[in-house]
Amino acid sequence: MTNDPQANQVVRAPIHDEPPHPEPTSFWRRWVFSTNHKMIGKQYMMTSIFFLFVGGFLAMLMRWQLAYPWAEIPLIGKLLFPDSGGSMPPEFYIMLVTLHGTIMVFFVVAPLLVGGFGNFLIPLQVGARDMAFPVLNMISYWVFFLSGAVVLTSLFVTGGGAAGGWTVYPPLSVLKEAVPGSGLGMDLWILALGLMWVALTLGSLNFLATIINMRAPGMSWFRLPLLTWAQFVVAVLLLLSFPVAAAGLIMMEADRLIGTSFFLAHGLEIADMAVEAAGGGSAILWQHIFWFLGHPEVYVLILPAMGIVSEILPVFSRKPIFGYKAMVVAMVSIMGLGFIVWAHHMFQAGLNPLMAMAFMTATMMIALPSGVKVFNWLATLWRGSLRFETPMLFALAFVSLFIIGGLTGIFMAALPVDIHIHDTYFIIAHFHYIVFGGSIFAIFGAIHFWFPKMFGRLMSESAGKIHFALTFLSFNAVFFPMHMLGSQGHLRRIADPTVYDYLRPMQDWNVFITLSAFVLGAAQLIFLWNFVWSIFRGKRAEANPWRANTLEWSIASPAPSHNFEEIPTVHRWPYEYSSNGGGERDWIEQAEPITVEASGPVEEGEPA
Amino acid sequence: MSVVTFGVALFCSFGTALAGGPWLPENVSTIGEDIDHLYRVIFVITTIMFVLTQGVLVFFIFRYRQRPGRRAAYVHDNATVETVWTVVPGIILLVLAVYQWNAWADAKIRAPDSDEAIRVEILAQQFEWNIRYPGPDGVFDTQDDLTMKNQLYIPRGKPVLVQLRALDVIHSFFLPNLRVKQDVLPGPRNTILLWFDANKSGTYEIACAELCGLGHYRMRGQLFVYTPEEFETWLENKYKAKTPPADWGWGWEDGV
Repeated sequence: MTNDPQANQVVRAPIHDEPPHPEPTSFWRRWVFSTNHKMIGKQYMMTSIFFLFVGGFLAMLMRWQLAYPWAEIPLIGKLLFPDSGGSMPPEFYIMLVTLHGTIMVFFVVAPLLVGGFGNFLIPLQVGARDMAFPVLNMISYWVFFLSGAVVLTSLFVTGGGAAGGWTVYPPLSVLKEAVPGSGLGMDLWILALGLMWVALTLGSLNFLATIINMRAPGMSWFRLPLLTWAQFVVAVLLLLSFPVAAAGLIMMEADRLIGTSFFLAHGLEIADMAVEAAGGGSAILWQHIFWFLGHPEVYVLILPAMGIVSEILPVFSRKPIFGYKAMVVAMVSIMGLGFIVWAHHMFQAGLNPLMAMAFMTATMMIALPSGVKVFNWLATLWRGSLRFETPMLFALAFVSLFIIGGLTGIFMAALPVDIHIHDTYFIIAHFHYIVFGGSIFAIFGAIHFWFPKMFGRLMSESAGKIHFALTFLSFNAVFFPMHMLGSQGHLRRIADPTVYDYLRPMQDWNVFITLSAFVLGAAQLIFLWNFVWSIFRGKRAEANPWRANTLEWSIASPAPSHNFEEIPTVHRWPYEYSSNGGGERDWIEQAEPITVEASGPVEEGEPA
Repeated sequence: MSVVTFGVALFCSFGTALAGGPWLPENVSTIGEDIDHLYRVIFVITTIMFVLTQGVLVFFIFRYRQRPGRRAAYVHDNATVETVWTVVPGIILLVLAVYQWNAWADAKIRAPDSDEAIRVEILAQQFEWNIRYPGPDGVFDTQDDLTMKNQLYIPRGKPVLVQLRALDVIHSFFLPNLRVKQDVLPGPRNTILLWFDANKSGTYEIACAELCGLGHYRMRGQLFVYTPEEFETWLENKYKAKTPPADWGWGWEDGV
């Protein structure tokens, strides 16, 4: 078992081993410009939850339009659109499409998983007192905050926010004449995304430095919790892909502002007016650049969620995670393959069709590590002793919904089938199963799970269960029928499906989806209430309410300002549940010293 | 309670999946047959995987729920099963990948002979499809070209070769009933060659599948599939109906 030479060695002492000093007492240093990783994590989390509701509200407006095209929006229609009698104009609809996607991907899921849980948990799980660079960490949050302010402002400028889809394909996004949203709104979109990527790049640097250098004595690589492994892999992904995309943003802004033509061919005309541009550029170049970021970004959204589920399932199954090393290998292979599949978003874009075959084969192969992870999660449940508190319900739902999202991915990876379903609701269904059914469900589970460590109180179980049941049912009611609509050829991003004869018979489904979406939206208010109420009134939590093994549960709830009174020494891997060594207890924490009677032959050290 | 909800929800989605079947619209093209076949193959494989994995999940949830006096097993690794569930799906996916190369090549690589095909040019712009036939001389961009707006006429059973280009932004040419989709790129060096055929007469729709501006949702066209004879008649009538250069016998006269 202990064949790893590092296993019983003491890893070099972490940098932050000075004795804890009192936390800052000034209001600003403590609550606003804090350098404490836990406060920064909470700030990221609160901001992203705010954006979750903004993005969700945009989705509700979209769904209204799709079910009842051009009908007056109840309550707020007259207020928003006095000129059109309360119904939304088409340019407003595509702005909704664009900003719903932008906000959910870049301002909700990525910052919640990476900025929120990454910041809060990495130092706790590796056994450090803070991040390697606390000030950099604070800057990261405030740059993100600024970025969020910019993207919100863009909604209210002349012409409205960006309206080229969240992928902002040029020339639509570059030429001001092409669509109203390509005015100032698009400049602000570029600025916001640029800032956002700076924020996450700073965060990633910090994560890598912390995980590599500041692990507590005994915390060898293969004793890291899988969530921290996921954050490590994600930090590498972000560092490699964001600089490329940032270059793309600068090229795009140059095309818009100073007359370059990176993405513009010559001879373009819009509404019979020749476009003034030197030309010679390529519209597809942006797609390559965008998806070279965009595809790894998809894994940024899902890997930490997989990590979260790998933490929650063992705790509530009272069983070690199955195939720890296979899980790590799977994540690393997803990272590697993630960089050579980007063109599968562009199969019908006019690429050389031979090249598409290579990308298709790579895409099929990337389904493999995800499949392995699913099998390992199922095997973790096998012969466990399952408890169904709210975090576990969300984690189980994650596995179920992620399977659906993974399987539908095979349809789209298949080149000939993709011809038909590309740019339809099938795609919408697929990625909502991954990013909502996957990532957001994992996030809800994680919030319930780590809430006691963040706020010292437990969230209400009954409210949590009602929220879970409603969300799970209405989520499936919204997105499952979209597979069917997409197969029928229902286009995405169209403001009025009734324009097409072949879509009109399916309009009832659009109404059903919209009503389900309203239930889904309303159910989130239960979560919001539970979250806010529990911060102040929730049941007080003990240090280790879930009887879990990772280091964060060995300290008080909420976690004290400098985490550990004394830097812990780690004696074993994080998944030591139901082994013989615990005696009456069915868990042994990572930092518990090995006692002679408690250590059986196999319970210490690491998985083989 | 939630366990039951969870199970019911899983069962419902599973039921819908089976009852709904492969939900494709009517297909009227040769390539569409290959595409639909592949869709069904993948549908069967993924449904089996779906039933197996979700079934196991639900079974484990019931079977291994916490009960007094039972302790979870301490098992966390098994090299054999890890190998099996990596290698077996790997083989399935690889076979699936290779299995579809041929259909893809028919759709996008092996163009039909241009002598036998009807040739059409399509210029997409916000928010309409400009369609052009070469006219009696068989040469594009000459006086006798026949141009149409948003209406594409083709004969049944004959390959159609299309050259696509956009004038302003990216569009995507989509024929749902023919299983044809191709992005249309702006700019002179980005002309794309596309081909398809239709084996059933009727009227179908052309849709724009790529967000192209505020009128994207109404960038709709119609596809008319005629029998070869009907098509020839239509074409001749169109050529005749085309206003000929007026021959009035006198030009602009000086000194009037």
